Amino acid sequence: MSRFLADARLVAAKDLRIEARSRVVLNQVAPFALLVLVLFGFALDADQRTLRAFAPGLFWVAVLLCALLAIQRSVSVEQADGALSGLRLSGMSPAALFVGKASAVFVQLVVLEVLLTAGIIVLYGSEVDQPLLVFATGLLAAVAVACTGTLYGALASGLGVRETLLPILLLPVLAPVLIGATRAFDDALGSAAVDGWSWLGLLAVFAVVATAGGALAFGALVEE
Amino acid sequence: MVELNAAVALLGRFPALTGVDLRIEAGETVLLQGPNGAGKTTLLRLCAGLLAPESGTVTVLGHDLAAGPERRAVRRRVALLGHSTGLYEDLTVAENVRFWARAGGLDVEPSVERVVGALQRLGLDDGLLDLPVHRLSAGQRRRTSLAALVVRRPELWLLDEPHAGLDQAGRKVVDELIGDAVAAGGTVVVSSHELERVRLLSPRVVTLAGGTVHRDTSS
Repeated sequence: MSRFLADARLVAAKDLRIEARSRVVLNQVAPFALLVLVLFGFALDADQRTLRAFAPGLFWVAVLLCALLAIQRSVSVEQADGALSGLRLSGMSPAALFVGKASAVFVQLVVLEVLLTAGIIVLYGSEVDQPLLVFATGLLAAVAVACTGTLYGALASGLGVRETLLPILLLPVLAPVLIGATRAFDDALGSAAVDGWSWLGLLAVFAVVATAGGALAFGALVEE
Repeated sequence: MVELNAAVALLGRFPALTGVDLRIEAGETVLLQGPNGAGKTTLLRLCAGLLAPESGTVTVLGHDLAAGPERRAVRRRVALLGHSTGLYEDLTVAENVRFWARAGGLDVEPSVERVVGALQRLGLDDGLLDLPVHRLSAGQRRRTSLAALVVRRPELWLLDEPHAGLDQAGRKVVDELIGDAVAAGGTVVVSSHELERVRLLSPRVVTLAGGTVHRDTSS
């Protein structure tokens, strides 16, 4: 178990260090996220009441679009110069590799979610009525997206057409996360009368299944 | 150490090895030669546990590589230098060497002295230690990749065209490295087209052709 955790930590630290050096998320994905929010504002005619009402859905669509970029980056790091073969040859447990890669994506998603939350408060005038629900939704959805994305990223890269195929494969699978997180945010931001905590249950189940399923299936994908 | 009996390996649907019988004892240095497409790289990847044999048996360091867990177990005791370096462009030379050493099974972070020692062994200046890999030349990358293997101290070295992309000094360093590995009790299998150079290191030459052993100077 300690070897498993050490390997997962090693891979996560490596991915985050690469991100800190290359600053792809900071210099490219984060501005893209804010641009998406601004463009939604233009599309909805900058009517703040409408924007506030749709803010939860717009927020999570923006998160998913940014997640695609972060996941593609996570995959491409291992594709360059045969690093994935090196990882396979290292004898590292595929589950540890999966947890490490997903953890790094998770951290990046949480940073993006914080930025986007600030974005909808400033640009759309949203107000956070239930900070705890926002916090829990953000964490669970990030786990679900990071784990599912890491698994599907490995699947798409194995098929050799990752840039174009990943969104088509991944976005339909993440539809329950989009729905659950949007409903939970509807409650947390006071934009609709729903019970956000019950939608949090859906997110929790999805996150657990994505983590366990990913850890089990990742080995078969990277070994192919 | 390494034993293949009627080993068949596929690349996709293509049979890259069509029935290889080969036995390599501990401490031996073996040169693999043969034309492009003869199956040299596939044989090395098979011995490294990256491929499963389609039929026949492959036993490396006492592990039968037909089973997935056995293949994973052997990988930490084997070093494979392939055509690509496996280095991360945005990490420094030292970070890459440390990462691959830890990933390859070292329980503790290798000391700076050990990393510097490995780089110096490969003829790399320790001033390169904090340089990101994307600023290195192709030859320096190749040497850094070898340094990462040196730090791990594997039992079986599988070197696929180790002299490729290196200058004369680099080739000499690789030759010395192979000598050091054998002197330390390791076993080395080298695939190379530089026959004259490698023959000086190894009296045993295995020639592959059409996915099988065509000639073995030991038999």
